[in-house]
Amino acid sequence: MLKKKLVMIGNGMAGVRAIEEILQANPDMFDITIFGAEKYPNYNRIMLSPVLAGDTTVEDIILNDEQWYADNGITLHMGKRIKEIQRGYKKVIAEDGTEAEYDNLIIATGSDPFIIPVPGHDKDGVMAFRDIDDCDKMFAAAKKYKKAAVIGGGLLGLEAAKGLLNLGMEATVIHDQATLMNMQLDSVAGEMLRADLEEQGMHFKVSTLTTEVMGDKRVSGLKFKDGSSLDCDLLIMAVGIRPNMALAKDSGIYCNRGIVVNDYMQTVTDPAIYSVGECAEHRGIAYGLVAPLFEQAKVLAYQITGQGLKAYQGSVVSTKLKVSGVDVFSAGDFMGGPGADVLELMDRVGGVYKKLVLEDDKIKGVVMFGDTADGPTFFQWMQDGKDVSEQRSSLLFSASGLGDSGHSGIDLVSAMADDTIVCGCNGVSKKDVVDAIMTKGLTTRKEVTSCTKAAGSCGGCADLVDQLLASTLGTAFVESDHEPICGCTDLNHEQVKEQIKTKKLTMVREVMNVLEWKGEGCQVCRPAINYYIGMLFPEDSEDDRSSRIANEKMHANIQKDGTFSVIPRIYGGETTPDDLIRIATVAKKYDVPTVKITGGQRIDLLGVKKEDLTAMWKDLDMPSGFAYGKALRTVKTCVGSKWCRFGTQDSTSLGIHLEKRLDRIWFPAKVKFGVSGCPRNCAEATIKDIGIVGVEGGWEISTGGNGGVHVVATELLCIVETAEEVEEVSKAYLQHYRETGRHNERTAPWQKRVGLDSIKALVVDDLESRKALVARMDAYIATQDQDPWAARVADAEKEQLNKFSEYKRIDIPVRVEA
Amino acid sequence: MGNATAAWIEVCKLDEIPPSQARTVNAGDTVIAVFRLTDDRVKAIENRCPHKHGPLAEGIISGDDILCPLHNWRIHLDDGVVAAPDEGCVKTYPVKVEDGQVFLSL
Ligand code: SRM
Ligand SMILES: Cc1cc2nc3c(=O)[nH]c(=O)nc-3n(C[C@H](O)[C@H](O)[C@H](O)COP(=O)(O)OP(=O)(O)OC[C@H]3O[C@@H](n4cnc5c(N)ncnc54)[C@H](O)[C@@H]3O)c2cc1C
Ligand code: SF4
Ligand code: FES
Repeated sequence: MLKKKLVMIGNGMAGVRAIEEILQANPDMFDITIFGAEKYPNYNRIMLSPVLAGDTTVEDIILNDEQWYADNGITLHMGKRIKEIQRGYKKVIAEDGTEAEYDNLIIATGSDPFIIPVPGHDKDGVMAFRDIDDCDKMFAAAKKYKKAAVIGGGLLGLEAAKGLLNLGMEATVIHDQATLMNMQLDSVAGEMLRADLEEQGMHFKVSTLTTEVMGDKRVSGLKFKDGSSLDCDLLIMAVGIRPNMALAKDSGIYCNRGIVVNDYMQTVTDPAIYSVGECAEHRGIAYGLVAPLFEQAKVLAYQITGQGLKAYQGSVVSTKLKVSGVDVFSAGDFMGGPGADVLELMDRVGGVYKKLVLEDDKIKGVVMFGDTADGPTFFQWMQDGKDVSEQRSSLLFSASGLGDSGHSGIDLVSAMADDTIVCGCNGVSKKDVVDAIMTKGLTTRKEVTSCTKAAGSCGGCADLVDQLLASTLGTAFVESDHEPICGCTDLNHEQVKEQIKTKKLTMVREVMNVLEWKGEGCQVCRPAINYYIGMLFPEDSEDDRSSRIANEKMHANIQKDGTFSVIPRIYGGETTPDDLIRIATVAKKYDVPTVKITGGQRIDLLGVKKEDLTAMWKDLDMPSGFAYGKALRTVKTCVGSKWCRFGTQDSTSLGIHLEKRLDRIWFPAKVKFGVSGCPRNCAEATIKDIGIVGVEGGWEISTGGNGGVHVVATELLCIVETAEEVEEVSKAYLQHYRETGRHNERTAPWQKRVGLDSIKALVVDDLESRKALVARMDAYIATQDQDPWAARVADAEKEQLNKFSEYKRIDIPVRVEA
Repeated sequence: MGNATAAWIEVCKLDEIPPSQARTVNAGDTVIAVFRLTDDRVKAIENRCPHKHGPLAEGIISGDDILCPLHNWRIHLDDGVVAAPDEGCVKTYPVKVEDGQVFLSL
């Protein structure tokens, strides 16, 4: 199929994020061409402030290097500015004449810094702070000049001033309002911020309007409205941005404050053309922070790849300042007009100020200075509309409650709700981070960033991510510290089970897709996944026969020559002459080569041809013995008190009863019972998964034995009085095993791994928990109501061969002569 | 097609092979396993593992490979070649599906 042509104008943060989302949704849908006016691949513009401040380097802030574009088959034109969109011909033309045709076009041209048109604004040494080139210019200026002025006391201006200060220049910030960052801070926090920055060497002129830039060719100073002036030889204007929409406007696309788009990021003028990022105006707003832009990118990708309709609803934003040593956080409507319900905490010595504006016990806005650790939590609660009346008295000391040992951080993150957004820029929740750490075995922040994007944009959440790493690995490391299931995945049994559970995955194939399996699965992982799904969602999942090993798929044990064996249930090893006659008759009728009494007290018909299986089971009309399955095999019994002169308990009846109850249940591995009537233990109960031994007045239940490869004797679980209790404890034990056992792990190693004491606590001592386990087991048993062979026989009679049709013989002529 | 040696023989309906599983077809003494892959493509190879003659039809299909049910050798269904470290090769047969009908050529 011919791919559609997708062209994007602008190679910046929002646009390239949209491309990433598109590639993730459908890597093969588009031939992609990107034009970027800057001569760099996509980089993290946000981090220009730390670059300027010397905290990181340009190389370190590249988000997608040229190799990335090549790997994804994207044609990249760096340093080429598009000058014209010819909508009639569906093509774009760059300043150097390069052209590209499109089926779909994305305009992601970002914004232009606003330069106040005061007289002299075009002199040398007057500049904005927007891109790498600007950074380079400032580096160069700092070597030659000494006095910098920054107009604009907002986020960007303060970050620029701090950078210049670090470069060894004098820096004065001129702000037209009284309060710094007045869009984000109230006057109290603004004052604290100013004091803090003054201490770091920054100068301020607030409530001051600039009227003229002085100098000959190069700026030499500023004149202000109050008549005062300031000498400077470098001037940064950081007074705001304007959506970069001239190109769109010239090609007839409707623009207002920005390029007007609908809820799907399509321009309202031309459905083939989309716009995303700072240049786009959605419901009257053009955003200037990355978090909402990344949300827009998601929606755009969803729409353009045809996944359906997902509307962008607009965003609530929060702000952090990235100047080192100053912690500022703000969100929402933090001013709190007259009569507002305001909580405030002020610690002048400690330099901490927190203010929450409440309305009907819900957070409406927040400003924090000095200690911003609870910022994300408050922001989450604000968005959730959480009622905080209960926490009210302690809220400002710590969202996670009083009495924790200071702000140890780790305590704080562990108390954080799962859905709290840790990385506001990329919308990454605590759960996303923790899951990635757990399932992908991450140990460094860098790995977390590359997997989840958390801490990948402004870096403000880097500490939180570190704390999450510490708290997650600290407690869970031991649990998750074992081998992956097999070579098809890096995940271990527990991780896969957890993912199936939380993501509600009900199909083997789905699990492999979602958990990024390498390849198509094998005989180790596929049956394991199938088991976990069936155990977790007995009612909402269907058994995947193609993921069962031959024995379980065929409901018969495969033999070395490809024939099968038939073992009907002989409950508790007790049979009747009629059953024996029936078995004998069938064995004769189908010419069964070997009839053997098994070590499990029943009869094995060996050497059966596949196509005879159905008919034999029909004639036998007995339940399947599950000799082939990770299921209950046999319940071996001795004759017990009914006949035996030493017998204290009726072991045979109990054994028969248990086998009938626990028939047809799938377990992590096969399960065998032994029930003996007295401690002489003729049923060899103490090397079975569950061994029950009759004693005077009761039964000893011991568990976790194995008579196979490594012989293990059972350990005593408990002593009970009645047969009912034996059933109850056995069911609870086995359900606990079903839920926590690893596929193909028998009870002996399982019991050793999880510990007999912990099993005892849940299965014996805690009656509530025992009841709950039994209830889950009973609910599961109810779903397993039909014997597999009875089902197969019924299907065959109705000629519904589909499900089990592999049993039917097909013959074709050996050679068709031409 | 039209080739005398490639006479197509009707085998069964595609529906009669359970999804991601196989059926065996007897051609005289030879047993052929016809696999229906996850995406409904069909492959046919002799139902006899080169190791100890395991019946391949009962194995687990993994992509375009079959895992022998007896000792888990991995055999590629296109060319019948056994994956390393094991060695060997199984005979493959041309097979096609038309209008939901599976045809085999010996
Ligand atoms: C038929 C029988 C031997 C017999 O003729 O007596 C038998 C036959 C097989 N056993 Fe067994 N075991 C039989 C009783 C036992 C017993 C004794 C018992 O159950 O009281 C044991 C030791 C007890 C135990 O399991 O702890 C036993 C320990 C094993 C083991 C080792 C298990 C372990 O955990 O170490 C295997 C291998 C495995 O499961 O991976 C095994 C595996 C097998 C398999 C299924 C081998 C296979 O995968 O093909 C054999 C199937 C042959 C078939 O097609 O019927 N069989 N096997 C017995 C069937 C009992 C039944 O009626 O269902
Ligand atoms: C110093 C600084 C610090 C910041 N700090 C933060 C912060 O802490 N948190 C936060 O959320 N946000 C911050 N921002 C804002 C954030 O960087 C922007 O919101 C974001 O980069 C906007 O993404 P965009 O893709 O819309 O635009 P851009 O990233 O600007 O990308 C647009 C690109 O399109 C190119 N272009 C324009 N016209 C054309 C054309 N005709 N042809 C070809 N190419 C063209 C431009 O050269 C540019 O490279 C900061 C910004 C700066 C400058
Ligand atoms: S050991 Fe077995 S046979 Fe002997 S008495 Fe006890 S139950 Fe009966
Ligand atoms: S017979 Fe196939 S692997 Fe042994």
